[in-house]
Amino acid sequence: MKETEKTLKEVQEEIVDDFSMYEEWLDKYEYLIELGKDLSPYPEEAKTDDRLIRGCQSRVWLDWRMEEGRLFFSADSDAIITKGIISLLIRVYSGRTPEEILGDDFSFLNRIGLKENLSPTRANGLVSMIQTVRKAAESNL
Amino acid sequence: MTVEELRKQFPGLSGTVYGKPLVYLDNAATIQRPACVIDKWTDLSVHHNANLHRAVHKIAAEATEEYESARDAVRAFLNAGSREEIVFTSGATASINLVAFSFGEAFIRPGDEIVVSESEHHSNIVPWQMMCERKGAVLKVLPVDDEGHLRTDLLEDLVTDRTRLLCVAQISNVLGIVNPVKEIVSFCHSKGCAVLVDGAQGVVHTGVDVQDLGCDFYVFSGHKVYAAPGTGVLYGRRELLEQMPPYMGGGEMIDTVKFTGTTYAPLPGKFEAGTQNMAGTPTLKPALELAESLRDRELTEYGNKVRDYVLNALLSDDRIRLYGVPRGTFDKIPLFSFSVKGAHHEDLALLLDKMGVAVRSGQMCAEPLMDRFGVTGMLRASFAPYNTLEEAEYFVKSLNRAISMLV
Repeated sequence: MKETEKTLKEVQEEIVDDFSMYEEWLDKYEYLIELGKDLSPYPEEAKTDDRLIRGCQSRVWLDWRMEEGRLFFSADSDAIITKGIISLLIRVYSGRTPEEILGDDFSFLNRIGLKENLSPTRANGLVSMIQTVRKAAESNL
Repeated sequence: MTVEELRKQFPGLSGTVYGKPLVYLDNAATIQRPACVIDKWTDLSVHHNANLHRAVHKIAAEATEEYESARDAVRAFLNAGSREEIVFTSGATASINLVAFSFGEAFIRPGDEIVVSESEHHSNIVPWQMMCERKGAVLKVLPVDDEGHLRTDLLEDLVTDRTRLLCVAQISNVLGIVNPVKEIVSFCHSKGCAVLVDGAQGVVHTGVDVQDLGCDFYVFSGHKVYAAPGTGVLYGRRELLEQMPPYMGGGEMIDTVKFTGTTYAPLPGKFEAGTQNMAGTPTLKPALELAESLRDRELTEYGNKVRDYVLNALLSDDRIRLYGVPRGTFDKIPLFSFSVKGAHHEDLALLLDKMGVAVRSGQMCAEPLMDRFGVTGMLRASFAPYNTLEEAEYFVKSLNRAISMLV
């Protein structure tokens, strides 16, 4: 079954399950690194300042397009753990309608402990990434 | 003193993170506080909480005594000529801003020049940019070479008869190289240019004698040298401080206040407007006493061993590029900024954190220096005298493990 045939909540549950297998923080990070390495390539020419997310220690570029009422995201970063987090966001939110995205509270990231571990003060820009995803959805309602 | 004996004085060092013993290697950002400082801080907050100088009551007198005796301790520590030359501030940044304003008002005319080094902390760059903008002065930059040493050979051209002040760190917070400040001061003075030394790192790792250095200003933060946060020092030569107008008005800094005109308090009160950090500033005394006691031979030799071990481990690894490479035995403190081929500094810092190792990653408040070396950030491990060889070994092992996870 393709990810988009599952509900957004179902995909989130899968991710929470995946992470629950790892007890140690280091193992969770190892998994994020793997995800980061597998992230689909992002075009070099789309690494422009208007797609750059501010407030991150690592640089993050996030781009989106609308197709048949659904938002598709692509993103990249120069840091691999950040790419791993991007890959989770893409798995959950890419291919969804703006209504689906805005109907979600993004709390699955809390449930895998990532948000507390990567709070905005940690300068890794997770919150900025979420804001960008939400803004893209709002502007396409 | 052994390192184990020293560690016992720091309650924060016995902490754990993610169930692992904390290996704290972010000492250049802020150092852990010893029990003697915490006790003084608490005692003053609980038993001597009174505003300074004015009141006649007992606890105010005691609080004032504590505060002023810290001034004597700082004077002695820096070997300043007089206690009037020691101004308390909230930190090195506040001290520099004070000089940037007051020295600027007194001495800077349009077209004058200020020189800063390329390896300065933003706190020793931005106040000067602001001052130059305000006074129509020109900011010039003393570069560093590829190994992070100041290009002092260029001073001859940089320092002209319009140069009023040169601002340089005694030790860069990124490169850890001990700059030849005494020589720089002597050269600048021969050209009629004053020198401000940022001692934020220097005060922790070297003995400081401002009369021997000959500098006109010396600044440092308390929290980097074991004292309470929100404390800081400006040493200024009396002759200059006397001629400089106050930075902020109000509180202690006045002599008489009339609507027809106000006169200011003598030094150092002129520069200490508003209620001072009455619990924090007195902790400078036990903090500097501790710093002094760490110059003990046993600890120094041990510290050198730790530094040399890490230095060799980093220099011998061809995946690692170290910024700030020493040329002699005495010109590098145990502060190591570096990057790793193929691994982002943020990833490395996140993984090291999960292994219990606290390091710094990013621009380290020195963006021009990052640009100089063509990087968006670095990883920095900065050691204190209480860090052990075992911790250094664990750091190197953890770094290797983190690299192998990423590359």
